[in-house]
Amino acid sequence: MTIPATIRTTVLDTITEIGQQHERRLPALSDDLPLLDSGLDSLCIAVLVARLDDRLGVDPFAEAIDSFPVTVGDFIALYENAAA
Amino acid sequence: MPQLEPHTLWHLTKTAGSESGRFIADSAGSTALGDLLSLGTIASPLARFRGKSLLVWCKRQRAVVETLLQLDGIAARLVVCPTDFDLAHLAPVIAEAEIDAIVTDSTALAEQARDAKPIVFVESEARYALDPAEDRSLATEWVLFTSGTSDRPKLVAHTLASLTGPVGDFHGRAQGAVWSTFYDIRRYGGMQILLRALVGGASLVLSQAGEPVAAFLDRAGSCGVTHISGTPSHWRRALMSGAAHRFAPRYVRLSGEIADQAILDHLAASFPNASVAHAFASTEAGLAFEVNDGRAGFPASIVEGEGAKAELRVIDGSLRIRSSRTASRYLGDRGAVKDADGFVDTADMLELRDGRYHFVGRREGVINVGGQKVHPEEVEAVINRLPNVRMARVRAQRNPITGALVVADIVLEDAAADQPLDAIKSDIIAACRQALPAHKVPAMLRAVPSLDVGASGKLSRRHA
Repeated sequence: MTIPATIRTTVLDTITEIGQQHERRLPALSDDLPLLDSGLDSLCIAVLVARLDDRLGVDPFAEAIDSFPVTVGDFIALYENAAA
Repeated sequence: MPQLEPHTLWHLTKTAGSESGRFIADSAGSTALGDLLSLGTIASPLARFRGKSLLVWCKRQRAVVETLLQLDGIAARLVVCPTDFDLAHLAPVIAEAEIDAIVTDSTALAEQARDAKPIVFVESEARYALDPAEDRSLATEWVLFTSGTSDRPKLVAHTLASLTGPVGDFHGRAQGAVWSTFYDIRRYGGMQILLRALVGGASLVLSQAGEPVAAFLDRAGSCGVTHISGTPSHWRRALMSGAAHRFAPRYVRLSGEIADQAILDHLAASFPNASVAHAFASTEAGLAFEVNDGRAGFPASIVEGEGAKAELRVIDGSLRIRSSRTASRYLGDRGAVKDADGFVDTADMLELRDGRYHFVGRREGVINVGGQKVHPEEVEAVINRLPNVRMARVRAQRNPITGALVVADIVLEDAAADQPLDAIKSDIIAACRQALPAHKVPAMLRAVPSLDVGASGKLSRRHA
């Protein structure tokens, strides 16, 4: 039985994929990990946002966002709320 | 004092080698050059056009050639409309070029322009005897349109002399040759080939808009084409058609876009008996130089003047050109063609690597990724080298984090169809990572069935 991909798993898988492609060693991706400590630079995050737009069909950054996501958990929540 | 032979297209064509055996062919058939020089398609007397400014807006390229042969030296100005001329630009062009009449071969175009200016028809049957003693003493201004911008094109003023200015072996090489070009002759690149053929004593095979590339290559083959030119995009399409082996040119030329190493190598392999050359020219700057060593870019020594057919400078990264082949001006109030020293800024950006200048792209096409510049063409050059890729277009995608990201549309080779797309994409990304800094690597790849090549023969790009 396969577990359907949730927004959370899609975001985490995409982060891991970009980390690999950019040859970054990523720490364990916990919700309270600050994005800037995840090993992803702004270029990686830009690519992440573009790929997620492709895969999930949402770009929460296209709307005015209340506050910029600081942690990995904030980032996931942004996508979960945008898709809801 | 001896009367000098007038240097008009009619006279230069007439006196360039023997008329016998020379012809101009298009998809409708072939006409002996001698017939074109003796029988006209515009109702006589041609003297009624003396000193007039004429807009040449035709459907068929043949009709444009006939008009140029008949009216150069008589009209004050011949404005050559490109095939994709936009009707919305008719009124401003008429004003800018002070047009007196519109020359056309098409009743449909005449209908569209009927309220604008008087119409002169280029008829389909040649039946007006051309007088060899016709007074063709005017230095007619030849006006071409700029290409490649989404704004209203500028009108670029040349003369027959600036369009045919001495370019090394310009006159010599083409003797007995049959030239052809993928370009429409209303573009600078195509006009160069038309003039090489006519003034160089050769024949010419015209392309035809909408004609499948395989059909054009078959036609070129059956007409015995020996010299042929096009943009790298034209050539990629020709190689893609599978019909390139059906003819065997001696000379293959690229211009109008960056010739990367991949396309040069593909052409050398496909045409083992041809010399493959790439040339740099623009409508404003004219033809600047040719590169014949089979390598992308050009030797830096050309900039110092060695073997140069024009004076070159590189200032702020862009190529500047001064020569007798540059345009004199833009018509109307559209800025200056040249700087105070007479140099044309081509806006083509160069990078010096190992003693060779490489074109990296257009100044206005730069993608800004978080403040770092990317020329689409430098990324395309990397992708085009890969065996599974037929051609690539790199473009900007808006991004909320970095402003823009680099993404690529890829046309794959037929042979790539039985391989998994994901594996091909990873290979492309890996190759880009190896050759380019991270911000230049496409964030996403999209496989597309084809890429649009505009009427100018260049890959269609939209500048953000």
